[in-house]
Amino acid sequence: MKKNWPLWEVFVRSKNGLEHRHFGSLHASDEKMALENARDVYTRRNEGVSIWVVKSIHITATNPKNNGELFEPAKDKVYRHPTFYKLPDELKHM
Amino acid sequence: MKNKNLYNYILGIADNSLILGQRLGELCGHGPNLETDIALTNISLDLLGQTRNYYQYIARLHDKEKTEDDIAFLRSEREYINVLLVEQPNTHFGFVMARQFFYDVFHLMLMEKLQESKDETLSAIAKKAIKEVSYHFRFSSDWVKRLGDGTKESHYKMQEAVDELWRFTDEFFYLTEADKAMIEAGIGVDVSNFKEAYYIKVSEILTEATLSIPESKYFQKGGKQGIHSEHMGFILTELQYMQRTYPNMKW
Repeated sequence: MKKNWPLWEVFVRSKNGLEHRHFGSLHASDEKMALENARDVYTRRNEGVSIWVVKSIHITATNPKNNGELFEPAKDKVYRHPTFYKLPDELKHM
Repeated sequence: MKNKNLYNYILGIADNSLILGQRLGELCGHGPNLETDIALTNISLDLLGQTRNYYQYIARLHDKEKTEDDIAFLRSEREYINVLLVEQPNTHFGFVMARQFFYDVFHLMLMEKLQESKDETLSAIAKKAIKEVSYHFRFSSDWVKRLGDGTKESHYKMQEAVDELWRFTDEFFYLTEADKAMIEAGIGVDVSNFKEAYYIKVSEILTEATLSIPESKYFQKGGKQGIHSEHMGFILTELQYMQRTYPNMKW
């Protein structure tokens, strides 16, 4: 292939009630082929009940270079986690 | 054997899927791209899975103790009764898709009717297979349309494959003695009832694909009587290699 087909990101819902999760990516020439390829590549072992595909170019991502300013300030702010409450003994599995 | 007609009837259906499955299996790792490669291998495995159901069933009809592997791997060329279409080579991707498409349209119509068979096992196999076969049909007819209605080159290659393989389509509707006996018994499907529907469906999709429908009235057959094309020996050599070299080997 001289020119590659566009890249698509694949999201699969593995069970009713669960959210779609990112499974991986693949190449396809259009939406229809992307869905069919996703079916063959990612759900052949009974992994899913629903598939979403989206062209990878439509995803806007953070730049890893900015990870410092974006994510590090949150690291020392443990109080943002709701871990300082006293839980009643009757509450289990929290 | 008590029920030779039933045995041969089922063998005919199963051998088609076995040989086509083997042909598609040859492409494993050689598909035009990763996604299509996996899709073709999936179809191959679907077909081989269906084949196992049939062979397991008819192995029980045998007088001598036979297994599905004996039937699949240890027959001579003349004892395979698949149609000539499925043994045609993977000349190029257009051929792979045209062969698949011609087979899938037939296979789907056959499975729809086989569900109504008086034979409960056959009916159950058909009910299970139909979802797989519907997908095969969707996959191959999509590709026929994409390539036919694609670039100048893809159109040319698709038309070439359709023209080349057209002469093998009529054999689906040839009835052997076993076929006739099983239709009589309400077990087999009278495929001649959907011959017209078959060609209408095929023509519809070829037209949508901007391909022309071959006009040739010359059709080739022989596979259903065990008379195969020159390709069959090579397919069997590869298919049977393991069982012939290591007799009785199992996974």
